[in-house]
Amino acid sequence: MNIGWYLAVSALVFAAGAAGVLTRRNPLVILLCLELMLNAANIALIAFARMWGNGDGQIFAIIVMVVAACEVCIGLGLVVAIYRRRLPIDVDELRELHG
Amino acid sequence: MAEVLFFLAALGAVTGAIGVVLVRNPFFSVLALVFHLLSLAMLFLLLRAEFVAAAQVVVYAGAVMVLYVFVVAYVGAAEPAHLRAPVSATQRSVALVFAAALAIELFIAVLGSGLKGIDTEGAPYRAGFGTPSQIGELLLTRFLLPFEVASFLLLIAAVGAVVLARRRGGIHEEEERVTATSLLRPVGTGTMAEAVGALTGTPAHRPLGPPTDEGVEREPAESAPRGGW
Amino acid sequence: METAAWLVLAFPLAGCVLIGLCFRALPARLLGWLGTAAIAAAFVCAVIVFLRLQDRGEDERQVVFVAWDYAKSVGVDGKVSILIDPLSVFMMLVVSGVSMLIHLYSVAYLWEDRGYARFFSYLNYFVFSMLLLVMAGNFLLLIIGWAFVGAASYLLISFWYRRTTATRAGIKAFVINVVGDVGLVLGTFFVFRHSGTLDFLGTFGSAKQDFAGHHGALTAGLILILVGAFAKSAQVPLHTWLPDAMEGPTPVSALIHAATMVVAGVYLIARLHPLFELSPAAADVGAVVGCATLLIAGTIGLAVTDLKRVIAYSTMSQIGYMIMAVSAGAYVAGLFHLMTHAFFKALLFMAAGSIIGAMAGEQSLDRMGGFRRALPFTFACFVIGGLALSGIPPFSGFFSKDEILLVMGEEGGWHWILYIAGYVGAFLTAIYTWRMIFRAFWGEPVPEAQELAEGHLHHAEVPTNPGTGEVEDTDVGFPGPAHFIAERSRPMQAAMGTLALLTIVAGIVLIPKTTTWLDTFLEPTFAGSSVVVNQSNTLLYLGLALGTVIGLGGIGVAYYVWVRRPGTSAVVRARLRPLYELFVHKWYFDELIDLLVVRPWGWFGRFGQQTFERVVVSGALVGGTAGIVRAGSAAVRALQSGLLRAYAALLLLGLVGVALYFLLQST
Repeated sequence: MNIGWYLAVSALVFAAGAAGVLTRRNPLVILLCLELMLNAANIALIAFARMWGNGDGQIFAIIVMVVAACEVCIGLGLVVAIYRRRLPIDVDELRELHG
Repeated sequence: MAEVLFFLAALGAVTGAIGVVLVRNPFFSVLALVFHLLSLAMLFLLLRAEFVAAAQVVVYAGAVMVLYVFVVAYVGAAEPAHLRAPVSATQRSVALVFAAALAIELFIAVLGSGLKGIDTEGAPYRAGFGTPSQIGELLLTRFLLPFEVASFLLLIAAVGAVVLARRRGGIHEEEERVTATSLLRPVGTGTMAEAVGALTGTPAHRPLGPPTDEGVEREPAESAPRGGW
Repeated sequence: METAAWLVLAFPLAGCVLIGLCFRALPARLLGWLGTAAIAAAFVCAVIVFLRLQDRGEDERQVVFVAWDYAKSVGVDGKVSILIDPLSVFMMLVVSGVSMLIHLYSVAYLWEDRGYARFFSYLNYFVFSMLLLVMAGNFLLLIIGWAFVGAASYLLISFWYRRTTATRAGIKAFVINVVGDVGLVLGTFFVFRHSGTLDFLGTFGSAKQDFAGHHGALTAGLILILVGAFAKSAQVPLHTWLPDAMEGPTPVSALIHAATMVVAGVYLIARLHPLFELSPAAADVGAVVGCATLLIAGTIGLAVTDLKRVIAYSTMSQIGYMIMAVSAGAYVAGLFHLMTHAFFKALLFMAAGSIIGAMAGEQSLDRMGGFRRALPFTFACFVIGGLALSGIPPFSGFFSKDEILLVMGEEGGWHWILYIAGYVGAFLTAIYTWRMIFRAFWGEPVPEAQELAEGHLHHAEVPTNPGTGEVEDTDVGFPGPAHFIAERSRPMQAAMGTLALLTIVAGIVLIPKTTTWLDTFLEPTFAGSSVVVNQSNTLLYLGLALGTVIGLGGIGVAYYVWVRRPGTSAVVRARLRPLYELFVHKWYFDELIDLLVVRPWGWFGRFGQQTFERVVVSGALVGGTAGIVRAGSAAVRALQSGLLRAYAALLLLGLVGVALYFLLQST
């Protein structure tokens, strides 16, 4: 298949992830949608790596996975901490950080 | 053959993505994402990235998603009743418009860009492309620094997660914790909340002494400047 | 000669600094003698300079010594340079000599004052500044010396700093002096613009060519310089500070406001005479103002009752003579009068200090009387000074005043008005001088005089301000507890005796037809002067006779009014009530200045503070800017709602926008 197809898939997944971030209220699901966006970027990276024929894109994708893992770690830790404090797990309710 | 596999994997990826977004129950969202990740692994294989595909399955779908499952189980999958209030229609449509705009833009950017390489199937395949040995060689030669930094990042994340999630019992209660900077700071400065007399963690306006019973008093700093210019 | 010249400056400066630094370490009395010794050393060096200068040939009597270059950039040549020529040596001798005697007087006069050391430090500083002024070789040092003497005057007038009247007088003097300073500096700019050099000799040498087409600029510059001279020399209309300056201790009045500082304006005009000769308009302004001052001050002197203020107005009047003289070209005559005036005026002030001491601080003539028996020495000094002031031969004042009026007469033209005014002024001078003397020393002895005649110096139980009657104490900042009279104090007698002697004999340097010592001495400085004076004999003898007659006539009038028929003055006052009111209110100059200058300025300041500052600056500019910022940040703050999804939406919006931009760019 042309590389273009893969990029189209990447774009669709990214858009879906973005829509999810804007729409959902549960922080867990928002984090999942963030994962979607990261994965979409990964597809694009791997596709370009294939296009160029060298492994740079793949290394990039691996590092992205590492970062995603770290971010999930922290995000979920936050969610757990919020849950422990008996606060609602809802981003519309958690709005103390305002100007 | 490759095209058929591609379309199957692509369909699976997109379906999984949409499923993550639309499904109500977070647990099912996680499952949808797992399905999406597996489809992605298929796509990676089609792109000759063997190692990344394997890593995707083992690390992403295998470890990260398991973590997710644990947390979702702990927190509770069902959204409580009072959260059942749907997102307002305007918000939903605006979000959809955004996402659609984004998708269209990306399409145009990528496909209409005139990049010649996109129309091809990629560079001629070299033996060893995408194999673990190539990845390993790259990681330890050209990309050594990002590799090391990434490991450092993992360490920080691990420590951070532990700190965030444990019970507060190891260090002093907030009222007693006085840092050097708070002693040196003149009265009335500090964050806005402190200046206007809200609950503060560091009693900058109180002299050092045994903490009072009721915690921090709610009095404003004595010599705080009056309002106005 | 160079070392001696610099030492003349160095000694008073060293004295000032030393006394200032050691005022706690050393006993005050020692510091007083130290200050006097410093000025005596300066005088000795000045004499040495004088002798060395005379050793030189006629053509080499204008020497410039440069210590270092102070500022040399953008065409300005500021050097620390002194000019030693007959004029500056003359001034050096007068200043250091009279200062030395006044220091000697002060050693005894302020013996019990708590601020003794401070006084001598200030006095030394003043002498240093005055010497700097007269020795300056360029405009820069002149202006520096000018400013310094103004500062010294302020410090010394408000020496008794806890007296409100004294501090107010000090401020008044300083402010009016600053007005003069502005005039001087601006005038210097005008001159410098065309001459290109700050150096005196350089400016004078090329003056004709430099100002050939710029007469307007020269006249404007010189009139501004005259403003400076008038402020410093207390000429109308910048004269209001001088009577108030009598708040300072009597030695200060003697030194600064009689003998030295107030004659700085005269010196200035004499020094800049080549420029004044190129601009007759400016010179005429000077002459007219001098003439007006001598008449106005003379009339006021007839009416005021404070002893020191009478002498102050007489100073103003005599300086009017000097300014008139040097503006009209009678340089030697004007400087001669400067010297003799320094002698007899300092003598009069010292004697006034003595009689004020006998009155325990009281200065009003209304309360004085009959001190002839009790204060013989003081009386003798007053008489000698009074005779010199009134222009009675053979005292020095006679020769100097007549010399001035002679030159006025010989110049002809409209200077005849000055000539007549001068003699009218001389008549008034004689009257008010002897009014003062007769009132203080003739008549029924007042209680203080009676006490003194019995050998007991009057002592006030409660020290008070002589002008307002406020109660004071005798700690630092107020006069000390003890008062001193000449009869009981050797240093005071020595100083006053020397001055009396000088008053009597100083006329010898320029007796018409007989000696021309002063003329020949000052010749090199004024050699290039275009004012040619031919001595006509008729005018000379007429002048001499007229001067004597008028002087004696004035004394006679005063005798008649205040001794023979004591009620006459009251009768005259009643008859000429409006005139008397005008004189006693000092021609309403203070009120006029208050109306024209002080009030508008005060209104302006109040307007600036209450309206402009409050409304425009704080309100609109500062407050407005802050308000805009506040409104803007409030608007931006509204974006931070805390809602995660709103943030995400904004992020996405931004991302889409940027991507769109790049997309459009690339097409």
